[in-house]
Amino acid sequence: MIKFLTKIDGINNVLENNNLLEIEFEKNNIIKIFNELRDNTELNFNQLLDITAVDYPSREFRFDLIYILQSLTKNKKIILKTFIKENENIESITNIHKSADWYERECYDLFGIEFINHPDLRRIMTDYNFEGYPLRKDFPLTGHTEVRYDDLEKKVIYEPVKLTQEFRNFDSESPWEGMENKLFGDEKSTGEN
Amino acid sequence: MKEVELNTTTINFGPQHPAAHGVLRLVVELEGEVVQRAEPHIGLLHRGTEKLIEYKTYLQAVPYFDRLDYVSPMCQEHAFALATENLLGITVPERAKYIRVIFAEITRILNHLLNIPAYAADIGAVTPFLWCFEEREKLLEFHEAVSGARFHAAYFRPGGVHQDMPEGMEEKLFDHFKTLPKFIDDLESLLTNNRILRQRSVDIGIISKSEAIEWGCSGPVLRSAGVAWDLRRSQPYDAYDQVDFEVPVGKKGDCFDRYLVRIEEMRQSISIINQCLNKIKPGPISIEDNKITPPKRNQMKKSMEALIHHFKLFTEGYRVPAGQVYSAVEAPKGEFGVYLVSDGSSKPYRCKIRAPGFAHLQTLDHLSKGHLMADIAAILGSLDIVFGEIDR
Repeated sequence: MIKFLTKIDGINNVLENNNLLEIEFEKNNIIKIFNELRDNTELNFNQLLDITAVDYPSREFRFDLIYILQSLTKNKKIILKTFIKENENIESITNIHKSADWYERECYDLFGIEFINHPDLRRIMTDYNFEGYPLRKDFPLTGHTEVRYDDLEKKVIYEPVKLTQEFRNFDSESPWEGMENKLFGDEKSTGEN
Repeated sequence: MKEVELNTTTINFGPQHPAAHGVLRLVVELEGEVVQRAEPHIGLLHRGTEKLIEYKTYLQAVPYFDRLDYVSPMCQEHAFALATENLLGITVPERAKYIRVIFAEITRILNHLLNIPAYAADIGAVTPFLWCFEEREKLLEFHEAVSGARFHAAYFRPGGVHQDMPEGMEEKLFDHFKTLPKFIDDLESLLTNNRILRQRSVDIGIISKSEAIEWGCSGPVLRSAGVAWDLRRSQPYDAYDQVDFEVPVGKKGDCFDRYLVRIEEMRQSISIINQCLNKIKPGPISIEDNKITPPKRNQMKKSMEALIHHFKLFTEGYRVPAGQVYSAVEAPKGEFGVYLVSDGSSKPYRCKIRAPGFAHLQTLDHLSKGHLMADIAAILGSLDIVFGEIDR
């Protein structure tokens, strides 16, 4: 199977990792690659299981775009990965795999990755009129707005998030690092001796 | 040029509707009573589970999985536990594998015992609902006996299971599963040959083999279309390669086939549980590595090292080697997968949850086209939709 995969144009890195194939591909060849993966009888990856992304804000190619395919005849799963810059877009594969429709919408909703030629690229998970892309690493966990029912206006209104307690994210990994070589009470003794 | 007048009505179905199985908003375009287009609006139960998990340690992430598909909690913990174990490069002890299979199958029966009567209730039968809830309650007692909780168990943890089954549990399970087949027969006598159920479900919402694969369907929906595909069989995990069971498949892929597949799956689950109960042997229930599983309470009273391990595990958690993995289990609703990316720290960098219901709900527009408005309730019920997992 690996032999057939490496023959396809635009596929760079083929890795086999406990019954799971991991591949990197070039995003310009996406349509050709996915057609080949589905139609080649030796591969026959006929089911698209998922599309998702991973955000690395510090990288130039900010997103890893992940496609997970399954071949029911060959009993194999494959993870395809490509790299995308922040404002780049990618060709939609809804013409190849019908199930890509909602998966691409979800990816667009949560990461802001645009898919060209998608029939109906709208938000899917978040609220109507939502702003921002929640699964990006720079989106705060608490979000930007909160809702409450307003008794005077007699409707649900949106307000900026107000936290009664500061959001606490403990760094329990390195309790000793970052600690200055200073003991409790030291500040009292400075200047005296 | 001839003018064509479109006479369609648009109806808003849900988000508060008993047949919507939670919070589904459907915008249905009708011509008379015939559905032209059904557009699901999902996300009303979106809680940002995937984002929350990025801020929790691997152990703290486990309870979130109970709250996804709250009808079949343990199967989802299973997927996460397998993914984490895969990254850690560990295998759990034999007894833990059997316990997991037993409880995954109990969960499957629990799920089908809710879906079948809910489906029946959607199309007009109330009695099965009452019957099945009694039976569910008995099974939930087993959940409670091992984990302390009826639903949100947090029982399957990376490295094994939380605690061993209490004494005498094997016999109790064995006795209970002697009586359950009789109950399933009784349930079938209410439903399978019922004229109303057949009229409302035979030839409704047909999905063909190739369509089911194209749309990413899995589980009973895929099997009802005639594809003998079951991850427990084709990519066995834990102790599923030690047990013998059959994979029921349908012929037509209509609502009635999906119902029949679920009934037969319950029978197969009972057989799997019985085989596991015969094969299970005493032994450790989680890997004995205190860097991953916490030490026992009585050890902590005596050993300083055990106390430190305990403290570090519940503050920092364990570090997972960097890498990516996709692990899937055959949950009662279909293929439930977890795509996990670790950056080497004690918190997942990214955890994508692949919910079977998400793919199934996507087919609704296709399945309901040309059917009557009332059939939408039947199709929704037969797809086994739970919004906890779809909206995440």
